[in-house]
Amino acid sequence: MNLLSLFQKRATAPVARERLQILLAHERSITGRTDLVAVLREEIIAVITKHVAVERDKVQVKMERGDAVSTLEVEIEIPTALAPAESAASAAA
Amino acid sequence: MAKVLVVTSGKGGVGKTTSTAALGAALAAMGQNVVVVDFDVGLRNLDLVMGAERRVVYDLINVVQGDAKLAQALIRDKRLDSLSLLPASQTRDKDALSEEGVDKVMAELREKFDWVICDSPAGIERGPTLAMRHADVAVVVTNPEVSSVRDSDRIIGLLDSKTLKAERGERMDKHLLLTRYDPARAERGEMLKVDDVLEILSIPLLGIIPESQEVLRASNLGTPVTLCNPASAPAKAYSDAARRLSGEPIAMAVPNDRRGLFGKLFGRRAA
Ligand SMILES: Nc1ncnc2c1ncn2[C@@H]1O[C@H](COP(=O)(O)OP(=O)(O)O)[C@@H](O)[C@H]1O
Ligand SMILES: [Mg+2]
Repeated sequence: MNLLSLFQKRATAPVARERLQILLAHERSITGRTDLVAVLREEIIAVITKHVAVERDKVQVKMERGDAVSTLEVEIEIPTALAPAESAASAAA
Repeated sequence: MAKVLVVTSGKGGVGKTTSTAALGAALAAMGQNVVVVDFDVGLRNLDLVMGAERRVVYDLINVVQGDAKLAQALIRDKRLDSLSLLPASQTRDKDALSEEGVDKVMAELREKFDWVICDSPAGIERGPTLAMRHADVAVVVTNPEVSSVRDSDRIIGLLDSKTLKAERGERMDKHLLLTRYDPARAERGEMLKVDDVLEILSIPLLGIIPESQEVLRASNLGTPVTLCNPASAPAKAYSDAARRLSGEPIAMAVPNDRRGLFGKLFGRRAA
């Protein structure tokens, strides 16, 4: 075993580094490191409830992750009685 | 204004309790009014590392449940007047901690102290999320080793989503404390380097604590390492980290292998 191969055998840190980078990129895409969806959901609820009373679990926020772009799907159920008519909406604004 | 700091990591045995005691004592030695709070319910250790194990009468759970007043549970350090400990319970389990109870205790602590330092248990469940809930600042303790880095990444995610600060839509102030670092092994490529860990976790660096026998010596004696041997490499590294926490711009040093000193300056600004 020459000196170089001895060195290469020892230098395992670069392997650790690369494994971590790949693994964490994957794990972050699953858990969403900043929990963006949860944050968005809370802020959307806050904005909506300023104007209409909605139930928290009637607000759905979904993130579809794609290769080039991701899409955010927001679905909010409002009781029809509360859905503002033209005049009510402008009064609220 | 009081600052609540959580010392957290995900993984166990990386140096959270050691760091809580060392940073707490260093801040207190700087004249700050400090309380260190043990959130590791059922596995308390901070009392031992602080050398206060025989003085524990009441604990965090007694206070949370209203069986004792906060003042009865706080233990004033024998060496530093401005340092106190709020111990965890050894006999109860973490379910005895209610969110509302913790809220109340933290509000009271904020009134009494400049720094409230919470020593988090390991894991990512209820215990650690309760410990980080009130934090303004987080110190993420990480060893240069794959499983510790991975777990720190998870904890960073929780800090950004499960804390009151995150719920209010504010940014959590997060700092990396790299502990048990062996610069010689990192240089030989046997251990992840400071830059590797920083690049992967991408949060600012608060300090680099070398692997050192002084840490075990200090815990044997029940004295935070910053008080036990202030001239030692780990004590200096912790004291520098404490100064950075309180806003002093101190240049980052890497523990130097050859001379065993913090000689080599690291061209990086403090976190
Ligand atoms: N810088 C260090 N050098 C040597 N040993 C250390 C260092 N930091 C921590 N240790 C040791 O590692 C063990 C775990 O530390 P501890 O602070 O209890 O970790 P945690 O609270 O994260 O579980 C203890 O035995 C402690 O003495
Ligand atoms: Mg501990």
